[in-house]
Amino acid sequence: MHMSTSGNGLTNTIHKAIIFQDVAIAFEDQPLLDGVSFELKRGETKALLGVAGSGKSTILKLCLGLIKPDSGKIYVLGHDVTAMDEEELFNLRNMVGIVFQESALFDSLTVRENVAFRLMEEKIPEEEIEARVREALRFVELEHTLNMYPAELSGGMKRRVGIARAIITRPEILLYDSPTGGLDPITSTTIIELILKQRDVYKTSALLVSHRLQDGFTLATHSYDPETQHMKPIDGAALRDVLTTFLVLKDGKVIFDGTGPELVAVKDTYIHQYIS
Amino acid sequence: MEFTTPADVLKRNLLAVQDYSLLSLRSVTNLFRRPLYVADMIYQADLIGVGSLPIVVLAGTFMGAVLALDYSPTLQQFGALSLTGQLVSISLVREIGPVLTGLMVAGRNASGMASELGSMQVTEQIDAMRALGTDPYKKLVTPRVVSTTCMLFFLTIIADLVGLIGGWLMSILTLGLDTFQYCNIAYQSLKFSDVFTGLVKPVLFGFIISTIGCYYGLNTRGGTQGVGRSTTQAVVVASVFIIAADFFVAKLLLFFFG
Repeated sequence: MHMSTSGNGLTNTIHKAIIFQDVAIAFEDQPLLDGVSFELKRGETKALLGVAGSGKSTILKLCLGLIKPDSGKIYVLGHDVTAMDEEELFNLRNMVGIVFQESALFDSLTVRENVAFRLMEEKIPEEEIEARVREALRFVELEHTLNMYPAELSGGMKRRVGIARAIITRPEILLYDSPTGGLDPITSTTIIELILKQRDVYKTSALLVSHRLQDGFTLATHSYDPETQHMKPIDGAALRDVLTTFLVLKDGKVIFDGTGPELVAVKDTYIHQYIS
Repeated sequence: MEFTTPADVLKRNLLAVQDYSLLSLRSVTNLFRRPLYVADMIYQADLIGVGSLPIVVLAGTFMGAVLALDYSPTLQQFGALSLTGQLVSISLVREIGPVLTGLMVAGRNASGMASELGSMQVTEQIDAMRALGTDPYKKLVTPRVVSTTCMLFFLTIIADLVGLIGGWLMSILTLGLDTFQYCNIAYQSLKFSDVFTGLVKPVLFGFIISTIGCYYGLNTRGGTQGVGRSTTQAVVVASVFIIAADFFVAKLLLFFFG
């Protein structure tokens, strides 16, 4: 039974993609996250905002069980990540894709081998691997880089290969760690368009860490148009149904968790400073 | 500057010993858990074994030759020049062959492992591997440990053999001994305990080299500078551990064989 006890009674964990309950973690006695609680609904994209060092990337690593919290509970697709050992986590991680800040592509493997890594580990037939790798690379419009090495790619291309590697197993959750960080505005828009396409075409739940506020707002105000194969602004009425929310971190605590219009309307000085 | 108390240093070192012990244990227990990366083991065996062959052959040959050359004046003083083969074979098989090969492979491969895994660590590739559902200990550590342990065993046998050839060349070319005399005494003087000691050591040294190399690689912090630091530490620690382990193994086996 996927239920957990929280402050306000029982929480059904299976119907949520990710649940953080009072999570705290410190590094060398310096608290980084202090009682962080939030929920990510299935199909929802949540943009994590905060200054550098506020613990945004740590939240993503905690979701995958790459690091363990000092206290609190984390549920991913109904599984209590904090209570699972490494062996159990490997199975769960197959349902969650992550795009790392610096791509973290295996530099001694080609693009094809990088994208196919998970499939090769699962001993999937070669023909199926080939088809799925091409499909994933076509999604990020990088089919021509199949036999190139990461060192031969630009920063933006590496991020897109990272996205292809993350989506190849069609995960239920995607975690993006600053996918537009350090990229020019045009490449950043391409990356955001891919994230948007993944959200609208495959209905994947996602956590998006970003320093750029406009990334979150673009996701909240646009949808993917399959006809033009580009994103388009959505009208005000449809805006209510778009599952893009925002979470702002400050000093290890969540100071805001809500929708775009709520974020703009909030009275907090720090948030006002941040979004302006 | 931050003040570090002796208790902090002790705690940090104990933690390092614990982490190293766990890595060593996992590298062995992973052999009994699926998946087993046989292709990676073969690739590493080629890299470590075949790749180290030239330096091991060269070092072994010259070591055998220099043993014969250096000790011949002393042996001559006692009229025992004919025992050159015995001196070279026992010294090489029991002691110098395993230690020399171990140190050569440590210099070449412990550094290689630490820098490769260290680079992967600082560029988040190890985290990416874990995030992709693959255990880096199974995929990266166990194949290196198995390959180094197996290949050091064979490399030591080759080093012993070429060392004996080096000693033989010196004996016939400069000391005036004949081939039969050298080979006969070299073969006859070797006892089971000598060969056993000489073959147990490389297995242990191979395990030390690979686990130390992987440990420092996986615990690399601090970017490219950290990779350089890990590489140096891996070679230094592996070399010291080999010499220390050599003493303890020699002592232990002397206890059993007398």
